[in-house]
This record gives sequence, C-alpha cells and structure tokens, in this order.
Amino acid sequence: MPAPSQGIAREKAPQPGTHGSVSCPFCGLHCDDLEVRSDGRRLAVTANGCDRAKAGFEQEPPAAGMPPSIDGKPVSLEAAIARASDLIAAARLPLYGGLGTDVEGMRAVMALADRSGGVVDHVLSRAQYRNTNVLQTRGWFMSTLTEARNRADLFVIVASDVSKLHPRFVERIVSPEQTMFDAPANGRTVVLLGAGMPPSAVSGRLVGDVVDIPCAKSDVPAVLAELRAILRGAPLSGARPGGVEITALEDLAARCRAAQYAVFVWAPQALDFDGADDAVHIVSDVVRDLNKTTRAAGLSLGGNDGAASAASVCSWQSGYPLRVSFAGGVPTYDPYRFEVARMLAEGEGDLLVWVSSFGPDPTAPPATAAPTVVIGSPAIRLDTTPAVFIPVGTPGLDHRGRLVRCDSVVSLPLRRLREIGLASVADVATELAGRLPAVVAPAAE
Amino acid sequence: MLMKLKGGRIYDPANGEDGRTRDIYVRDGRIVAASPDAKVDVEHDVTGRVVMAGAIDPHTHIGGGKMTIARMMLPEDHRGSEVAHTGLTRAGTGFAVPSTLAAGYRYAEMGYTACFEPAMLPANARQAHMEMGDTPMVDKGAFAMLGSDDFLLRQMAARKDFSAIKDYIAWTMHAAQAIAVKVVNPGGISAFKFNQRKLDLDERHAHYGVTPRDVLTTLSRGLMELGVTHPLHVHGCNLGVPGNLHTTLDTIRAMEGLPVHLTHIQFHSYGTEGDKKFSSGAAQVAELVNANRNVSIDVGQILFGQTCTASGDSMRQYGNTKSANPKKWVVMDIECDAGCGVVPMKYRDKSFVNALQWAIGLEIFLLADDPWRVFLTTDHPNGAPFTTYPHLIRLLMDKGFRRDMLQKIHPDAQAASIVGSLDREYTLYEIAILTRAGPARSLGLKDRGHLGPGACADITVYPDDPNREAMFTTPEYVFKNGELIVRNGKIKKVVQGATHVARPEYDPAIERDLRDYFTRYHTVSLDNFKVADDEIIGHDKGAIIVQPTGARV
Ligand code: SF4
Ligand SMILES: [Zn+2]
Repeated sequence: MPAPSQGIAREKAPQPGTHGSVSCPFCGLHCDDLEVRSDGRRLAVTANGCDRAKAGFEQEPPAAGMPPSIDGKPVSLEAAIARASDLIAAARLPLYGGLGTDVEGMRAVMALADRSGGVVDHVLSRAQYRNTNVLQTRGWFMSTLTEARNRADLFVIVASDVSKLHPRFVERIVSPEQTMFDAPANGRTVVLLGAGMPPSAVSGRLVGDVVDIPCAKSDVPAVLAELRAILRGAPLSGARPGGVEITALEDLAARCRAAQYAVFVWAPQALDFDGADDAVHIVSDVVRDLNKTTRAAGLSLGGNDGAASAASVCSWQSGYPLRVSFAGGVPTYDPYRFEVARMLAEGEGDLLVWVSSFGPDPTAPPATAAPTVVIGSPAIRLDTTPAVFIPVGTPGLDHRGRLVRCDSVVSLPLRRLREIGLASVADVATELAGRLPAVVAPAAE
Repeated sequence: MLMKLKGGRIYDPANGEDGRTRDIYVRDGRIVAASPDAKVDVEHDVTGRVVMAGAIDPHTHIGGGKMTIARMMLPEDHRGSEVAHTGLTRAGTGFAVPSTLAAGYRYAEMGYTACFEPAMLPANARQAHMEMGDTPMVDKGAFAMLGSDDFLLRQMAARKDFSAIKDYIAWTMHAAQAIAVKVVNPGGISAFKFNQRKLDLDERHAHYGVTPRDVLTTLSRGLMELGVTHPLHVHGCNLGVPGNLHTTLDTIRAMEGLPVHLTHIQFHSYGTEGDKKFSSGAAQVAELVNANRNVSIDVGQILFGQTCTASGDSMRQYGNTKSANPKKWVVMDIECDAGCGVVPMKYRDKSFVNALQWAIGLEIFLLADDPWRVFLTTDHPNGAPFTTYPHLIRLLMDKGFRRDMLQKIHPDAQAASIVGSLDREYTLYEIAILTRAGPARSLGLKDRGHLGPGACADITVYPDDPNREAMFTTPEYVFKNGELIVRNGKIKKVVQGATHVARPEYDPAIERDLRDYFTRYHTVSLDNFKVADDEIIGHDKGAIIVQPTGARV
C-alpha cells in the first residue's frame, strides 16, 4: 500500500510558513511567482495568484476527507486499491481517461496502461487535437511565454477568452513590468479577433492600441482566410465574412507586416466551434507567410488539467500524443478510434479508470454504463457512485512533482505545501500496476 | 561476487590492448586485476570473441523538447516500427525518432552503455532529464546550449568582466545538470529572432553587436579556464550551406589553439564547385583538422532513407524547411534562450546532393588521421538513426563493401568524390577508439570506455563475424555495471543508467545578478529554473555521477 505521497523523493513533512516561488498547477501558464502561506493543512495565497489560483490553493481540505470507497461504502485505502487492481486485471479493455495529473502521475499511468493493455486519453484532448492535427499535417512556427513576453510588439488573440482560461496572461506576457528589449514607444498592439475576449480585459503599461475585430466564432476561419488572402495578394472573396469590413483586415495585415514580432495567441479549449481546426491551420499559414519577410510566431495556450504533461509524456514514452491503445501489446494511435468519450458512448471498453487530481472543481467522469474507478481529488463531485473511489492529492499542494507548461517547452517543479494524508496519482497507479499479473509475452531469450 | 570472462580478445585502446587474448574479472560492478587463485562465482566463456568496453555515443539526440515535437509530428515514423512489450520491457515505437524506452533498449541491444544528448536548452533542461530518465539501460548526460541566450550576449555586449562570464557558464552547467557546453550557430539563433537570416563568423548580431567568433572564443576559453574536460562542442555557422567549408576552416583558425570539438562536421564541409555548385570540402577540412591537435570532430554521417532532422539551429532549419519530406516542419523561438527546428528529411542515394553528402562524411572518416580526435556519429537522427551504426562501421572497415555501396549512388556524386580511391580500412582497435575510448577521454569519463582495473564493468562482447555490420548489430553479451543486461542481442535485465554531470566552480555572487534578471524578465524564477538532483534520481531513475573538473584558473 502506498504511504501518503512519496512524491519525487522521500519528502519531509511540509513546513508551516510562507513559501515563495510556488508554481501554480491550476492552468497551463503555471505561473511560479506565487507566495503561499501554509499552516501545514490550510493554504492561503498571499501574493501573485489570480482568482483561479486562490480558489485552487485555498479550497478547504475536506474535514473527514472523501474516504476510499467501494460501491460508495468507505473502505481502507488497501481495500480500494485491491478492488481496483482486480477490476483492471479482469477488464478486457480498460480505458484510462481524465488524466488530470502531473508528469510523475502520467508516467505511472502509462506503465499501468501498457501492462493492462488499455487506452489513454486526456479530458482536454479534443481541444488539443486542433493543434495536433495542424502539427501532423503541416507543422508550424511557434513561440514560448518568455519569448513573447520580451519581444512581441503585436499580439493577435484569436477567438479565445484568454483572460478567463489563463487569467494572468495579459499581466505576465502582454504587459509585464519590464522587458529585455524596449517595447515600441506607443505600446504593444493587441488585436482581438473574433468573439472571445472583451477589450476591457486588455490593459497595462505596455498596451498600446487595442483593436477589436468582433465576429461570431464560427466566422473566424473565413475571416482569417480573408486576412491570409490579403497578405498573399490573392483575390478576396468579397463576402465580408462575419460582417468584418475589408478595411479592418487590411489594417490588420499592415500591422502584421510592420510588426517585428507578431505573436498569434489562442487557447485550444476556446476554439470549440465548427471549423476551429481550420482556424489553427490558417493562423499557421499566416505566420509562415509573415516569416518570409519579418518575424512572427504562434503561441498556443491551453495545457490546463495537466494536458500538456499528459501529451508530452505519452509522446516521449509511446511516440504518440495520446489517444493511444496498448491493447495489442504495442502502442497504436488513432485520434478518432481511441477517444475515450466516444468509446464509452459506443460501449467500447469495459472499465473506465478516471484520473482527476486538479481542483478547485475537478472534472468528473462522463456518465457511462461501464464500471468506473475514480482516482480523484476529494473535491470531485460525482453524479453516480463509482465502483471504486481512491482519493489522491493535488500535485503542487499535497505532493511534489513537475508539470509541462502550455508551450510544451518549459516545465515547472511543484512543491508540497500541506499534509492532509493523501497519496499521489503516481503512488496509486504504481501500486496498481505492481499488482497486475505480469505481461504474458515471454521475455526474449 | 567474482565474474570471469574467459578467453576473449581484448580491444582496449585506452590501455593499449589490441586484440590480446586475456581473461577479464569483475567484482561489485568494477573490473578488477586478474586473480587466478580467487574463487570465480560466474564464468562466461567468450573464447575468440571480440571484447570491448560498452560503446559510448557522444552526440545523439535522445531527450528534450525537440525530439518530443518530432515524435508528435511524425506518427508515420512509428507505424510499422512498434516494439511490443514483454515480461521485462515496455512497449514503444519508432524508427528515426524512437520513443525513449525503445531507444534505451535498442542502444543496449547494440552494445552501447552510455549516450549523450548534445543540445539541452537550459530552459528545457528539466524535460530533457525527464526524457533521459525514461531512457533505460544506458548512462546519460547532456550538454547545455549557450551562445544565443540573452544573458550571455548581454554580458558580452557590456564587456563584462571575464570571470563573471565564467561564473555564468558554470552556473548554467549546475542549473541544467550538464556535463559539457554546446554552442549552436553561435549568436545566430538569437540573430534570427532579430530577422537576420544568416550570421557569418565575423558578422555582427544586429542587437548585441557581437560576432560568432566572439561567442566561440569566449565560451571555449571560459570552459578551458573552468577546467571542464570536454571542449566547447561547436555546431558552427552556416550549417548545410554550400561553401561553408570556408566557414569551418576559418572557425578552426579562429580558435587559435583553444580546445574545440566540431560536431557533425560533414554538414559543414561543403564547397561550391562543379555544375551543381555543390562539392566536397572534406579534404581541406580533414587536412586542417589533422594539423590542429586542439580540434576534435564527430562526423554526422548521413545514410540513405527516411529520417528527421532536429536542431537548436532555428535559423538554418528554417532555411531547410524547403527540403522537408514529408512536407511539414516545426520551428520555434524559445524563451530568449534558444530555438529549435524539426524538419523531416529523406536522404536518397539517387539524389546528387544527398549522395555527395554521404560520400563527404566517409571522406572525412577516411582522411582524418588521428582516431582519438574523431567520433562515430550520425548525429542521430539528423544524418540517420543510431540504429545504422553497424552499417556505418562496415562501411569504414570493409573497402569492398564500401565500393559496392558507392556503385549505387548518383553517378555524378561518385565522380565528384574521392571515396572510391581511398583504401583505408578501419581496424577493430580504431573502431574501439571511435566508439569508446575517444569519447570517454573527451568527455572526462575516467572509469568508462576502457577495460583496465577500476573501470566500471560496462562490457560488450561481439562475435568475430567478418560481416562487421552483423557483428556490431548483435553482440553476444552486454554487461552494465557487471550485470548481464543483453544476451545475443536481447534484453535480459532492465537497468537504469546513471546521469553524468560536471560541476565547475563558480562564485555564488553571480546568483544575485541572475536572480534579479530572472525576476525582471523571465516567466520562471531562478529557483525553479534549476533542476534539482532529486528530480533526476527520484523514482529510482538512477544515480548522478559528478565527473571531476580541473582547477579553475
Ligand atoms: S494564471 Fe493560471 S497558473 Fe497563473 S496563477 Fe492563475 S491559474 Fe495559476
Ligand atoms: Zn546534433
């Protein structure tokens, strides 16, 4: 049975007091300048956290906890793990979904899925696939947070309410206190393209012109296509897509050409409309075109709920960015076939193992007839009683760990700030894998 | 426990042994002196077999963000190259860009026991170590990339005191957990961010005003004075550009005797002669390398087939995107620290340019006269996947085979190359230098790459097959720390190798400046930028071995 979190190394109990340079696990920016006060059990963000971070760190630990349970009846952790491993061992095709965890948790889930012949998919894969699809068909030219923070003179935010999904993006990247290189004298231009972010959300010392080009999200691909045509000197559709005046797009094209470093920003989670894939495609085309004469890049946000960590670990361990099945003893990739939500809806797979360790409102598993093992934060709200519930801590609060940031380049170390007696996903998944029968394929002679 | 390897023919250049038959004894993971009277617990009869230290790959892109970008981008690379799980090993995939676990197994199956990732961006160091942690079987280490990072260029532009620059280099090696330092397109990755499309050796960076020559000499001298064993690892200016042989010659001269390692030099040895304005510069480059004992090289041989190039050189990789095959690519600007470019590539023997690249690599191998200053690499996966090493070894050792292969390439490339007239055949002793003793010495791995008493018992035993490709593909035994991990090319035991680092001294006062700098400009704090020891060794991911550095001067 796992001891309460072993984390990365044998950890000492967290010290009460105020901790600086704390990384925040609650969105894909993973800001690491937070100051958090701990009394050993309760946490308070004392500097630099946004509301989302506060809600996550300061959520009251459950008094009695949400204990391990089998069919809703409280049991010991050992009993819950034993039942879960029996269910996994008996399953023909276990589906590992949610995957809201850190790098260590994902490493352990990958080993478990490999051993049990299961499928792995993250709850935000659908959003992430808009990016993956572009990456796997054409590729792209991208930036990262520090690069954009110091060098961008034009931000084009595409159909994404960045301030809602990544609350400190404007403060930290668009208008930081200081930059390595001089910002333009009249400030950085911020263009809001498509319904998404209110212009009022963009303010700060470095912000110059804020240009709002409102249109319905579903019109964004057509509007971007028109921008691309202008930049290429191609014939225009003349259709005024989304009601956007051509002059507004000509102005945007001129700004893009004049910019020294135009950065196109989007949050994949926000691009949830028909044709959203096209939007990412066209943005990457526009960036390519601009780079022929000046410099430009894309910057995809996202990575909430450990999505970037899950995709990265899955890629380096299996070769594929999620939606991978180990059913045949080898990794098989199919972004359509191995979407866990679809598989559940269509009765494929006979066990759901749902991993969800990030608050403040951990994503619950989808409704399914398949028996479900939830490895989740005690804050999770479940509509139905799972076959087994195993409570786990939140990475960066209850145990140490690492998370990959939205740009998939930087990863941040996480601290252990409190002790409320919870194991980590890594502990639980490692324990589960250890209890499964060995792979029958013979070790090579 | 005492283990005896009986009757092997020992190729151990570090100790001058060239095929002498003798027994090897191993106790507690180390090679010990012969002790005929001691009780032997385990004996392996390797009579007549070729025994070498475990092979060391000093330049292979096995871990870090750009490899994971390549993996994500290229599902077609993995399909059909799946590796099934077994009772011992995990499942994986991959041909040119294998998954981490599959790469570790395959390296061990080929008799390699240590691999070095040469292009670890400090901003991406944590992930590079995580990926290397998921690469089992082999020892690992990584070179921190410097030279287009804002902090260094700022220091140089401000003509900071040289000791502060040295402090920063050393601090970065500690923070990123590196064993060496690499520079990629010196200053050029940064220049590309300022819309410069090339940066020659003496061309000024538009913002900082420094030149690649300044960056090269600053870093090389800094490392030497810090006592770091491996010289500055240089991926020079103008990678892949016809005519770059002159840049390479000028770079060697620019070093004025300072220690330097020129990596994947094949990609930097191109002339502009002939109808196609593309020719071999191998002879001139090899001649100057031979004459300058401060210079070592690895070749970055290309071999024909599908692969993927992945480099920190965003400037040159952007230029290469027009050759992408399949037609997709990723280029990135990274953290005001570095960049990357990932461009899939298919080298064809019927393409004049590719065929001549192949020949240029072989010419360099065959013209370089000091095997201690040449390492065998394909710059995995840039020239070819590391799994092609046995084929490359056969090309070097077997001139008949080499001539047969030469017949298959583009006829104009055959005519443009002197490969057909070079009779040199590498010996087993020389191959042992190129793949073990040389890299170990260059990297400062005192107890690796040789078979003398006290060495770590990383040992590979090959059948003496006249077909050298078959021989080096499937060793009969591989031992790691004295444990049998591979038998007849198949994994017998999964182990976790160590991570090698070097930790030159620095004045901790540099952290005051750096802390302020990180707080002002970066999105990561100084404390979180540093990769802690327990991040590398936690979860049973193996030990850290700190290799010694010389005294700071
Ligand atoms: S913006 Fe995101 S990472 Fe930053 S403090 Fe808020 S929730 Fe945390
Ligand atoms: Zn390389």
